[in-house]
Amino acid sequence: MRAFTALNGLVVPLDRANVDTDAIIPKQFLKSIHRSGFGPNLFDAWRYQDEGQPGQDNHQRHVNPDFVLNQARYQGGEILLTRENFGCGSSREHAPWALDDYGFRVILAPSFADIFFNNCFKNGLLPIVLESKIIDDLFRDVEASPGYRLTVDLASCRLTLPSGTSLPFAVDAFRRDCLLRGLDEIGLTLEHAEAIRTYETGRAQREPWIFV
Amino acid sequence: MTAQTLYDKLWQAHVVRSEDDGTALLYIDRHLVHEVTSPQAFEGLALARRPLWRVGSIVATADHNTPTVDQSDIRDPISKVQVETLAANCQAFGVTLYPMGDRRQGIVHVMGPEQGATLPGMTVVCGDSHTSTHGAFAALAFGIGTSEVEHVMATQTLVARPSRTLRLSVEGQLAAGVTAKDVALFLIGRIGTAGGTGYAIEFAGSVIRALSMEGRMTLCNMAIEAGARAGLVAADEITFAYLKGRPYAPQDKHWSLALDYWRTLHSDEGAVFDRDLVFDAADIEPLVTWGTSPEMVVGIRDRVPDPWAEADPVRRQGMERALQYMGLIAGTPMREIAVDKIFIGSCTNSRIEDLRAAATVVQGRHVAATVKLAMVVPGSGLVKAQAEAEGLDRVFLDAGFEWRHPGCSMCLGMNEDRLSPGERCASTSNRNFEGRQGTGGRTHLVSPAMAAAAAIAGHFVDVRESF
Ligand code: SF4
Repeated sequence: MRAFTALNGLVVPLDRANVDTDAIIPKQFLKSIHRSGFGPNLFDAWRYQDEGQPGQDNHQRHVNPDFVLNQARYQGGEILLTRENFGCGSSREHAPWALDDYGFRVILAPSFADIFFNNCFKNGLLPIVLESKIIDDLFRDVEASPGYRLTVDLASCRLTLPSGTSLPFAVDAFRRDCLLRGLDEIGLTLEHAEAIRTYETGRAQREPWIFV
Repeated sequence: MTAQTLYDKLWQAHVVRSEDDGTALLYIDRHLVHEVTSPQAFEGLALARRPLWRVGSIVATADHNTPTVDQSDIRDPISKVQVETLAANCQAFGVTLYPMGDRRQGIVHVMGPEQGATLPGMTVVCGDSHTSTHGAFAALAFGIGTSEVEHVMATQTLVARPSRTLRLSVEGQLAAGVTAKDVALFLIGRIGTAGGTGYAIEFAGSVIRALSMEGRMTLCNMAIEAGARAGLVAADEITFAYLKGRPYAPQDKHWSLALDYWRTLHSDEGAVFDRDLVFDAADIEPLVTWGTSPEMVVGIRDRVPDPWAEADPVRRQGMERALQYMGLIAGTPMREIAVDKIFIGSCTNSRIEDLRAAATVVQGRHVAATVKLAMVVPGSGLVKAQAEAEGLDRVFLDAGFEWRHPGCSMCLGMNEDRLSPGERCASTSNRNFEGRQGTGGRTHLVSPAMAAAAAIAGHFVDVRESF
């Protein structure tokens, strides 16, 4: 997995609550058997005026000029600022794959849906939960100042605003460590292979029907 | 010993090892696999040259892309590649697959329990958020992403942290015409789509104890729509009666051994939940969603709500956007909303009991002339066969419904079953998100009986009065 340590990136505001993974990457793109290439179809139904299809040349399509990703000032954004319950709905990991493929590295929201939140960490993407009040202030500031950038430092778990103000954020220690070092979680778990086998032996005695 | 919740019992029974901060390596008993979220996981294993840890734990089926009219071939070449990739992967890794055309094939959350692959006391995962369905069997079941699918395949474990516990009790008795689907929508309406985030929900109370396994599955299925990864119902005689004799269920001496253990799978008297809410069954009526989130729900006798009555600006904006997308005007009685299509199916409501409930309403009547399409998509080949043995297919066909082959179908329209832009659908599925059933499509979530009644009337109606 790609490591995440620190980033200074342009912030893109997506002012909607309950953004579901169907909206992040619509179903027709889930037919791919690969992990990459979803970026051009991130938020497809909001970003374009016509219905997208896999394999299509997206440059030929009609973009929705009102959608935030299509506005000139937000090109090259790496930090997505959004509202409550981001990533709800389907467990599709295609959602973080699409965000990542587009170029986002950090997502800021007052809350995230559980499965999506988990999936982000598996892909070097950092979701950060901030208080609603802070999110409200960020929305106001980002909209008021074109080119608004934030610095996110995972090692110190701090967010630095353009004003120089620095805010702490919380990330669970194991996830933070994996992300900082870009660790392969399966490899780490397999270091405990012996413990897994011992557990299986015990379970097979208590609940033999599980192992037939 | 202190009183434990069902969740705590299940969690503790599966911890292989744990860290000081509570992060645990959790053992996974059953892994269900479908074609959409598994190809990248199998590819990852192959690239790293890692074997499956326990091949017998996996049950695979193709459901999302499978056509429902003619299953002799999949016309969409990209869908076809995905289904074929699953078959090739299962063959290469020696995994049991129930492919399209097999009588036992179906939506993974319908065919799994039907085969007895989900048992009380198990941990069950699948790369699919509606894995919460299986919690109806007092199993700890939750959806995972593709990276986690690969992790489970390679290690039979997941790195996880315990959820908080939320008990939702519904006491009393459901009125005639009110079903498990209405209970699910009611609870989501009350606690919100993020109300269960971070929690495992245990559904309890006399209403849940009286539900069939089908009804409990419907309820647990929608736990994820309340934000909870897992839903749970205590194991009881209804659970055991459902499981007895199913292919993967324990046999002979294992059966009685299993029963001894399964009878302990309930929350102890006095167990403490992080949150504990009680609802009165008398407050639940047949419900219909009006917006683009399952929490945007009202009683059938209510009206489309007015955003201006909402004080919170983010919520108000969300309501306005939903009304615009849904093409609805605040104040319209729900019963005056006309529908274009009817979809009876999905892992929420495509089991035999659902089809029986819909057929009872449809019997001897005809779909309204204004309805463009009314379809029934059984959850599995075995549900379909059972319905046909009971003559339900005739009831639906005579009334002008289409009777289809099993699969996810118009729940999300990865196959050709889709809404066209602007079309309005009474659907027994679980998500009314923008574009879920087709770009620009408008979904109203209802119970099977309510969907059937809407098909006959051409608009939403109160199934309690008109039928
Ligand atoms: S029926 Fe719908 S919700 Fe259920 S597994 Fe299929 S696509 Fe998902």
